[in-house]
Amino acid sequence: MNNLALKELLYKLADDQLILGHRNSEWTGFGPILEEDIAFSSMAQDKIGQSLALYTLLQSLGESDPDTVAFTRNASQFHNCILVELPNQEYDFSLIRHFLFDTAEALRFEALTNSSYEPLSQLARKIRGELRYHTLHANTWIKQLGSATEESITRLQKSLDIALPYALGIFELSSLEKELIDQKIFIGENALKEKWIAKIESVLSQTQLRLPDWKTVTPVYGGREGKHSEHLQPLLDEMSEVFRIDPGAEW
Amino acid sequence: MYGGGNTFEGIKTDGLALEDPVKLAEFEARIARGEKIEPTDWMPQLYRKQLIRMIEQHAHSEIIGALPEGTWITRAPGFKRKMSLMAKVQDEVGHAQLLYSAAETLGKSREQMIDDLINGKSKYSNIFNYPTFTWADCCFISWLVDAGAIVNQLANAKGSYGPYCRALDRICAEESFHLKYGHHCVIYLASGTATQRQMFQEALNRWWPPMMHFFGPSDKISAHTEVLMRWKVKMGTNDEMRNQFLDMYVPKIWELGFTIPDPNLKKNESGKWEYTEPDWEEFKRVINGDGPCNKERLEVRRVAEARGKWVREALKTPKTEYVTPLA
Repeated sequence: MNNLALKELLYKLADDQLILGHRNSEWTGFGPILEEDIAFSSMAQDKIGQSLALYTLLQSLGESDPDTVAFTRNASQFHNCILVELPNQEYDFSLIRHFLFDTAEALRFEALTNSSYEPLSQLARKIRGELRYHTLHANTWIKQLGSATEESITRLQKSLDIALPYALGIFELSSLEKELIDQKIFIGENALKEKWIAKIESVLSQTQLRLPDWKTVTPVYGGREGKHSEHLQPLLDEMSEVFRIDPGAEW
Repeated sequence: MYGGGNTFEGIKTDGLALEDPVKLAEFEARIARGEKIEPTDWMPQLYRKQLIRMIEQHAHSEIIGALPEGTWITRAPGFKRKMSLMAKVQDEVGHAQLLYSAAETLGKSREQMIDDLINGKSKYSNIFNYPTFTWADCCFISWLVDAGAIVNQLANAKGSYGPYCRALDRICAEESFHLKYGHHCVIYLASGTATQRQMFQEALNRWWPPMMHFFGPSDKISAHTEVLMRWKVKMGTNDEMRNQFLDMYVPKIWELGFTIPDPNLKKNESGKWEYTEPDWEEFKRVINGDGPCNKERLEVRRVAEARGKWVREALKTPKTEYVTPLA
């Protein structure tokens, strides 16, 4: 088994969960209704927990402990897609991002339940169960707000148009892609993207939201290689503010 | 969590003379027998009004209380603390949801209550008008403010209004985990580096006066509450609650080697705690809007409500009608 390709995959997955979990947690106290405050907090807790489990797998492959990995790296050492690091903005953007990202996540972890790397396939079975609630939540809200008032439809459409190029960035190819597929660790980003497009289209067809011709959407890549937007480093600085007071201390 | 505030203002009992004396006597007899009053039961207007005020203010305290700690979720040091704090603050928001529903059973809608919070008509616990400068401030709240809240809530859970008591039973169960989490955080600061110990000592110095205010004005100067005690709306006097808190937590704070910033604090021979009288003028000033964070807290709520308006509108259908929930 190629550890390099596997580690790269695990970092990508873990970093995605950690950063979006962090963003989701920023909704605590600010939701449009209390129930959404609580829902985004639940998803944040799931995602941070998932990232911890994935970093723990990485530790078993010789990487540093999860706290060190999560709280001391710089932006250029993170492999999350840019979509998850973008600021929350208003609820419409957060909801659209949640829908686009978690649809991909649910399909990704479904596929990973068949991974040849047994610890990952086992973990994927657990995460798959949690993600079912995330997509149920996203689909319910997208269907409601995507067909309700003129304002809700206009807002969601605008956010969808802004988020789509970044959403395609989820599927940025790695140079080690072929090894992951050959070794049956993962089905690969292209196969995942195809499933994702079908799923996204199926949900959005039940709303008044419109998808553009995919050929006209230029993906925003870079995140998987550590090239991030200006938003990631400030997020990491905030996340590690207390931890860095004394990284040797126990908190 | 919860910091009272509800019964610190005086009440007018004149309206009681207009109540049906037979129904009033039966109502009081039921409470004296330890029965719970349920939403559809007869109750005097003053009881309804006081309970709405009390439960509503408790609910507001939960959502406003989520702010000073919530701001540390993104900065919590390490996975263990981050995950626990997220869950803890989420609980507080969940308590608000539960309490707004309990208050709605008395006839005031959640929307009206939130409007009254934002326009300043309705109060929330005074302690959340103080800032959390460091991680240790956040730990102080999780441990000791929640501890104070439990003292109040365990007492109120034995009150007379069914839906509120049932909500409090659930809330207390969750709060007891918050207390363990907060205590654990403080133990780590106490047994950590010199910087960590100093962080908590400074937090304790900052938070002790608001913590003493938390239980409300001294019985010597607080509003007349006999009728509220008889109706089991208020379950103990402010000084009794404060004394109970001091009795349970001062030894624990001392045990960790910290200094409480009150040279007069001691337990006297009769088992009562003596302390320097808190500055009640400051308390009044802050509860009436002039504290370090009042404006900021309400502004956050106002912005969240304004930004969420389109979402709430989009949830309505033409047939949506307001229905009072029955807890």
